Amino acid sequence: MRINSILTILSLSLSFLGNAKSIPVGASQKCHTIQQALQFAVSGDTLMISKGNYHEKNILINKRLTLIGIDYPVLDGDLTYEIISIKASGTSVQGFKIIRSGVSSMEDYAGIKIYNCRDVVIKNNILENTFFGIYSQYGTNCTIEKNKLIANKTEEQQSGNGIHCWKSDSMRIIGNYVSGHRDGIYFEFVTNSIIWRNESEKNLRYGLHFMFSSNDSYIANIFKNNGAGVSVMFSHDVKMIHNYFEENWGDGSYGILLKEISDGYIENNQFKKNTVGIYMEGTSRIKMSGNVFEKNGWAMKIQASCMDINVTGNNFINNTFDMATNGSLVLNTFNGNYWDKYEGYDLNRDRIGDVPYRPVSMYSVIIEKNPPAMILFRSFITTLLDKTEKILPSLTPENFKDAFPLMKPLRL
Amino acid sequence: MKKVIKYVIIDILRNKIMLAYTAFLLVLSFSIFSLEDNSAKGLLGLLNIILIIVPLVSIVFSTIYVYNSAEFIELLVSQPLKRKTIWMSLFTGLATSMVLAFLVGAGIPILIYQADVTGVMMIVIGVLLSVIFVAIAMLAAVKTRDKAKGIGIAILLWLYFSLLFDGFVLFLVFQFSDYPIEKLMVAVSMFNPLDLARIMILLKMDISALMGYTGAVFKDFFGTGTGLLLSFSVLVCWTIIPIWLSIRKFKTKDL
Repeated sequence: MRINSILTILSLSLSFLGNAKSIPVGASQKCHTIQQALQFAVSGDTLMISKGNYHEKNILINKRLTLIGIDYPVLDGDLTYEIISIKASGTSVQGFKIIRSGVSSMEDYAGIKIYNCRDVVIKNNILENTFFGIYSQYGTNCTIEKNKLIANKTEEQQSGNGIHCWKSDSMRIIGNYVSGHRDGIYFEFVTNSIIWRNESEKNLRYGLHFMFSSNDSYIANIFKNNGAGVSVMFSHDVKMIHNYFEENWGDGSYGILLKEISDGYIENNQFKKNTVGIYMEGTSRIKMSGNVFEKNGWAMKIQASCMDINVTGNNFINNTFDMATNGSLVLNTFNGNYWDKYEGYDLNRDRIGDVPYRPVSMYSVIIEKNPPAMILFRSFITTLLDKTEKILPSLTPENFKDAFPLMKPLRL
Repeated sequence: MKKVIKYVIIDILRNKIMLAYTAFLLVLSFSIFSLEDNSAKGLLGLLNIILIIVPLVSIVFSTIYVYNSAEFIELLVSQPLKRKTIWMSLFTGLATSMVLAFLVGAGIPILIYQADVTGVMMIVIGVLLSVIFVAIAMLAAVKTRDKAKGIGIAILLWLYFSLLFDGFVLFLVFQFSDYPIEKLMVAVSMFNPLDLARIMILLKMDISALMGYTGAVFKDFFGTGTGLLLSFSVLVCWTIIPIWLSIRKFKTKDL
């Protein structure tokens, strides 16, 4: 049975090899345009496109083809068309410079769009000033790798997302660079996918936007200076590991915004210079460890609607406020972290502080209720209030504490 | 005038209290920086020194000095010198020595451990606060004849600027929490040099937290070139107005 199937696959691939041909396209070739070449190409063919400018309107691929650009030929959408539409499984598009797609508020025009097919590979392309960059609609098992997407949009309404996946499954988004779009990477109803080693910066809204996407991982990405940071909403089983979240500044801007998330991991990430490192709302069963929070306004804001968040073994260094919350109910644990504001002692030298640390300072409670009070921050009177509160807690939630704070930072 | 200033400075620099103040600042700053493992936390400790100790020492020392030199002032008045010149030389001498003490005591450690924008801002603010509180002290000293009462007023003024005023602002913030009072807060902060100084350092130190909505209002004002210029002008006004008022009083004062 197994041998049979292997033989079938072998013979099939051999037959493809036998029939497949390579069609050169270019000004000096028989085929001047890609559209011409598409006419007589058959499934399995390779189109080799030479350097040049191609104004081809919409390139619709409905056979299994491999399109390879030599020295980045330019495909220009003249600000009117969707540039490449892929409607055949197994298609591969590599090495193009794709510019100026159409912009519409009715249609989601994209630089490259995958329609309802599988095993598509989009690799090593440069996309400039496209509305949506790379768009996958009902794509399965596709690879989007090492593309560079740059747009210079200023208004959210006028711009689309860099890499946009909708109702897709088993996607691999690897090593792309996205900037200047609405959302850098956008996932909606996408499952079993991985986002690895991408860089998303200076996007108008989110660097990464997750909606209703479960069982996904994003690993070793850099999200920097985006309008509102990263947002992960209404999903479960999302793993967030080894990412960098930096310089997401502004009101409503977060390193990560978690809303209605459950059963995830947030491990070994770096949060630096964000207004809020992590904001959690309606989140449950998240394990957080090995993260570094440095120089943030608020390292974490955990709303009282969260439960079973386990924060263990993280470093909190130089944050203006370590934690903030909006209620007195605490259903989460915060044990065994390093807090640079901890003032306790360690008599038995086991490197664990002997008195609990309360990460919610009184003034962060006051500011949560009454933001203009920020103007008095670090004044003599507020320092006095904070010290009094430490001795006699009244405003801050009683159970919000780290019972085993570390004396020395972890090496992370 | 130069001679008088020179005399005042030499007299103050020989003063044991002044030497102790300089040494105290120096030891405190160095120990704060070397005890903390990161220098940002050291800066935080220094902020408290600049906002509490520097004004306190400036105002109390200057008041006492003015009272103690009552005989010296009487002597000068009998000479062919304008009263304005005498008073200004006294102020310049006091201010210069306070600034000198601050620069040696806190300026050097800051430059060694944290020579960036925040550090420089702290030094500038510390210098301005030293001068402002000398000016306020001179106004307090010229207003009352009784030494004990004068020193009492000076300490009360310090208490007012560093504690009571902020308490009043906090009260205001809570009473008017339903209204958009961010801009009003900016205006109110102008009435206290310590608040203004603190906010200017805060803008350099806690920039991430200040990027939130309310913080952004403050940053949009204090962070811009005009805002910075205006804040510095207000701080300079806090020197000029008390000293001008005190000169007016001193000119006609029956010694």
